[in-house]
Amino acid sequence: MPPLPVLMGQLLLGLINGAFYAVLSLGLALIFGLLNIINFAHGAQYMMGAFVAWLLLTVTGIGFWPALLISPIVIGLFGMAVERTMLRRLAKLDPLYGLLLTFGLALVIEGLFRQQYGVSGQPYQVPSALQGGINLGFMFLPIYRGFVVIASLVICLGTWLAIDKTKLGALLRAATENPSLVRAFGVNVPLMITATYGFGAALAGIAGVLAAPVYAVNPLMGSNIIIIVFAVVVIGGMGSILGSVLTGFGLGLVEGLTKVFYPEASSTVIFVIMAIVLLVKPAGLFGKAS
Amino acid sequence: MNFRKWMMVSALALMGVGANAQISDNVVKIGVLTDLSGAYSDLAGKGSVVAAEMAVADFGGKVKGAPVVVVSADHQNKPDVGSAIANRWIDTEQVDAIFDVPTSSVALAIQEITRTKDRVHINSGAGSSLLTGEKCSPTMVHYTYDTYAQARGTGTALTKQGDDSWFFITADYAFGHSLENDTSAAVKDAGGKVLGAVNAPFPNTDFSSFLLQAQASKAKVIGLANAGADTINSIKQAHEFGIDKSGQKLTGLLTFISDVNSLGLETAQGIIITDGWYWDLNDETRAWAKKWSEKMGGGRMPTSVHAGVYSAVTQYLKAIDKAGTDEAKKVVDTMKTMPINDMFAKNGKIRADGRMVHDMLLVQIKKPSESKYPWDYYKILRTIPGDEAYRPLDKGNCPLVAAK
Repeated sequence: MPPLPVLMGQLLLGLINGAFYAVLSLGLALIFGLLNIINFAHGAQYMMGAFVAWLLLTVTGIGFWPALLISPIVIGLFGMAVERTMLRRLAKLDPLYGLLLTFGLALVIEGLFRQQYGVSGQPYQVPSALQGGINLGFMFLPIYRGFVVIASLVICLGTWLAIDKTKLGALLRAATENPSLVRAFGVNVPLMITATYGFGAALAGIAGVLAAPVYAVNPLMGSNIIIIVFAVVVIGGMGSILGSVLTGFGLGLVEGLTKVFYPEASSTVIFVIMAIVLLVKPAGLFGKAS
Repeated sequence: MNFRKWMMVSALALMGVGANAQISDNVVKIGVLTDLSGAYSDLAGKGSVVAAEMAVADFGGKVKGAPVVVVSADHQNKPDVGSAIANRWIDTEQVDAIFDVPTSSVALAIQEITRTKDRVHINSGAGSSLLTGEKCSPTMVHYTYDTYAQARGTGTALTKQGDDSWFFITADYAFGHSLENDTSAAVKDAGGKVLGAVNAPFPNTDFSSFLLQAQASKAKVIGLANAGADTINSIKQAHEFGIDKSGQKLTGLLTFISDVNSLGLETAQGIIITDGWYWDLNDETRAWAKKWSEKMGGGRMPTSVHAGVYSAVTQYLKAIDKAGTDEAKKVVDTMKTMPINDMFAKNGKIRADGRMVHDMLLVQIKKPSESKYPWDYYKILRTIPGDEAYRPLDKGNCPLVAAK
């Protein structure tokens, strides 16, 4: 048994990783829950978010803070274009077609970035205002990591409120339940769907910007993390927004503890949990059985 | 066709061969089998193909009157893919020698194929010291570096300068463990001690947990027994967690200059590594690197693996010229008699086990303020003599050595 301070440090780190899982799985759950699209391009959009931040910095000298806003907008617009030109054509078919399309897209996007920028990755520093750290007694907490947790909490909470508590959110949910009825009320349903996919992609983009200073910015960064995020969404219950956020943080903690007690298994533990959850509660922890 | 015509055709064919009696198929075909798309495509990859082409062009494009052709393929870091390509190259495309082959698992597979099918394998990109140990082959040369030399270089040097307690963060697969074991042995031999190690899954993005465990060990040095993106992520996060400032030293046991470029000097400064070659070492290396860089584009500079491929191809062609044949074992035997003196190595020699022994460099990554121009990254701390860096000939259990 490791001493308590070590354990507390690891739990905090787990929470930080959970924050990344939460933001990423939030976008994924949003797109699946509202649009019934299994968005395999989510990892590629996350990677693009980080690359846009890097390009802004190296080409135009625009730093982290503006990038935190610009990059998600760029990725959101890109997502909307994808929805408009490609995904829309598959809307009436089985979700599997959307999965295949987005998976193919992810491969193409990654390939193009790899061709252009190589695989070793690009340097991106922690913004100067967030450099350094605080000594918590039991561990050294980099200020930036604390910022990531707070930022992702704000993003998750804001998204959840927007979907569950506002009129726009209610319309959106109604539009996915019964599009023709909502259209009869004069609502532009196709536009809402495009905007929703764009927003989901933007969430991936913002996660990419948040990740740029701590993880290697390389074309494969998305495919490394996306499988875990899919597991998070499956465990949380496909389409449950709050469920995937809570699961994201929770699994971050579990993973953090595994890294102390049996580090070799830390990349597998999430999938073991996924298998157990699927056996016991096939709809996921927070999902509604259909 | 009647008998007389047959005779004439045969005679003509023999005359054609006669012009360069011992060159099979009348062409020397060099296959660069490398990672063109994955984790090692920057440290090897297209740059290795360019280096091989440069070597052939500088040699004049012909050896013993036969044209020299370079072909290349992507092994995707998968032994099965690499094996399929090598078999095709050898069986139907008359490839005489396979170069580069990063990723130890693929290199070991190619080792077996080239041994059975009697073709030359000259490895620049892979690390495993097994290639010249138990798995050594009479038709193979291991050129640029190996895990043993990396471990010796960094492990011994740091321990001797007083950084004598170590903790390892190890990539949990064969390569990571062998790098950790080799370094542990070097540290202990130099009088240091190993306080612990943690096995990180491979690949892994978040190393903060392992870094905190390393910090808690109070070891003077944290050794990163990993490579590529894993190393980049660990160093980046160590910097973030202030480990470099808290007095603990960090060392990437297998870090290439392309990794340093990705990290940026702000993050990578102060780290000590061992490398086989540096582009900015002297006028000769600079001239070659400049030429390579122009061919590659993108403002990149070559890694030691790229330079190794160039030197190895040149040496291979010289050996064919000297031996008068491209028959695999004879060429490699000839290479073993020829000292290597070029921009890559001074007084390099190829031993009986296939190990090319040359001086290694112990370097420290410069501070941003010390770097005067792009890719000005290394401060040379020490040149490690080849005989000190590489495993002694009798310690590798290579059957070729025992047979002597």
